[in-house]
Amino acid sequence: MSAEAEAETGGLVFHPMDQFVVQPLFGDGPVMWYTPTNVTLWMALTVLSIVLLLVVGTRRRAIVPTRTQSVGEMAYGFVYKMVEDVAGKDGLRYFPYIMTLFMFIVFANFLGLLPMSFTTTSHIAVTAVLAIAVFLTVTILGFVKHGFGFLNIFWISQAPLVLRPILALIEIISYFVRPVSHSIRLAGNMMAGHAVIKVFAGFAAILAISPFSILAITAIYALETLVSFIQAYVFAILTCVYLKDALHPHH
Amino acid sequence: MEGDIVQMGAYVGAGLACTGMGGAAVGVGHVVGNFLSGALRNPSAAAGQTATMFIGIAFAEALGIFSFLVALLLMFAV
Amino acid sequence: MATEVEETAGHAAESAGHAAEAVGMPQLDFSTFSNQIFWLVLTLLAIYFILSRIALPRIASVLAERQGTITNDIAAAEELKLKAVEAEDAYNKALAEARAEANRIIAETKAEIQVDLDKAIAKADAEIGVKTAEAEKAISAIRESAADNVKEVAKEAAKEIVAVLGGSADARSITSAVTARLKGASR
Repeated sequence: MSAEAEAETGGLVFHPMDQFVVQPLFGDGPVMWYTPTNVTLWMALTVLSIVLLLVVGTRRRAIVPTRTQSVGEMAYGFVYKMVEDVAGKDGLRYFPYIMTLFMFIVFANFLGLLPMSFTTTSHIAVTAVLAIAVFLTVTILGFVKHGFGFLNIFWISQAPLVLRPILALIEIISYFVRPVSHSIRLAGNMMAGHAVIKVFAGFAAILAISPFSILAITAIYALETLVSFIQAYVFAILTCVYLKDALHPHH
Repeated sequence: MEGDIVQMGAYVGAGLACTGMGGAAVGVGHVVGNFLSGALRNPSAAAGQTATMFIGIAFAEALGIFSFLVALLLMFAV
Repeated sequence: MATEVEETAGHAAESAGHAAEAVGMPQLDFSTFSNQIFWLVLTLLAIYFILSRIALPRIASVLAERQGTITNDIAAAEELKLKAVEAEDAYNKALAEARAEANRIIAETKAEIQVDLDKAIAKADAEIGVKTAEAEKAISAIRESAADNVKEVAKEAAKEIVAVLGGSADARSITSAVTARLKGASR
């Protein structure tokens, strides 16, 4: 339809948000909660990739690793070290949880970079569930481990007494903003990068600037590859930081 | 005609919202630049603080993403 | 023609507007939220179980095994190094011993040779002494006999000379005269 519109009006028509539309895989019916949609497809591919890397890739348990196994071990070591460094030794109990989040986000981001693909992590619904899950986990964990002592993270004992209520208010607000920024950061980064690529792709319709457009797409694509990884890393490391707050609220 | 004016306002607002991303860019540059100058002064301590730098970048960038989100909302949702 | 273009343009704009309205921001299309959340939760549970039941223990065991192998190998290498050092020590010791043995043998041989040599020299000296004594004896004998001969010849010659001169001398006086003369000559 956009090609038709361009041909008829001679203008540029951008549909940067079309790539984020959730639609049923089969048929054209309404999207019910159980309908297999492109979300399902790309999440299934995410799971498949993770299985290929971490299960099939390590099936030989080789002492001298193959290339795939080496990448899998690298991912394991990377997240393990991150959890250990940030959340501490007792945070390692929650390592599978953080590994799940990290692997899901990193693979969803990278699969979303494939042309014609659907980026599941660009949807606020998805990232909000991830962030709220982290928020609830951390909050419940904090109260289970420390009872009401967990509220100490809002009461900064180093500050002068007069300032403490104000700081407590700020801390409480920032605590509840955490899931919002946590989710919108990831979704926004993914959405922004893909929309920018799409906008540049729209400019490619004009012959004179199409080489520049293609160059720009290449550059943005490289940046997006970096951003995909960094956002997954940031999501995981912030989860570790929140986890540390829950495990050691006195620091 | 009325709808056109509303749309114009939305688009102008979207453009203004995008200036907020510049602030995020300045913030991220500041974070990385200071990290780098610190790292060059004391390279042995730099490796342990990379995670902190990324957390700082993430916080600075999140605000830029918020303004981008506002722009998108004005463009497509309002 | 113009109206037609205008009409199609208007139609296109309308359809584009319609599309934009239908699309809007898909992220804010709340009708798809339940679907996404359902599949997301399913995906996360699947990943969590795959990771915590299969993948992570396996990778952890592989890494631990590798660490163990590396530690063992390092220990083995350390042991081998010690053995090599030991072997070198033993070699050096053997070398020193062999050298000492060789020196000893050389000294012994030298001493033996010296003894033999001394013996041979002594023997040779003795022989030489014997031979010299014999030779001296022979020489003195020869000298003796030569002196006797001279005396005899002188006696004969003196008798002949006396006879020729017309005298006669008895043997005894001639002998004593010759002997006295010879003694004086030898003196």
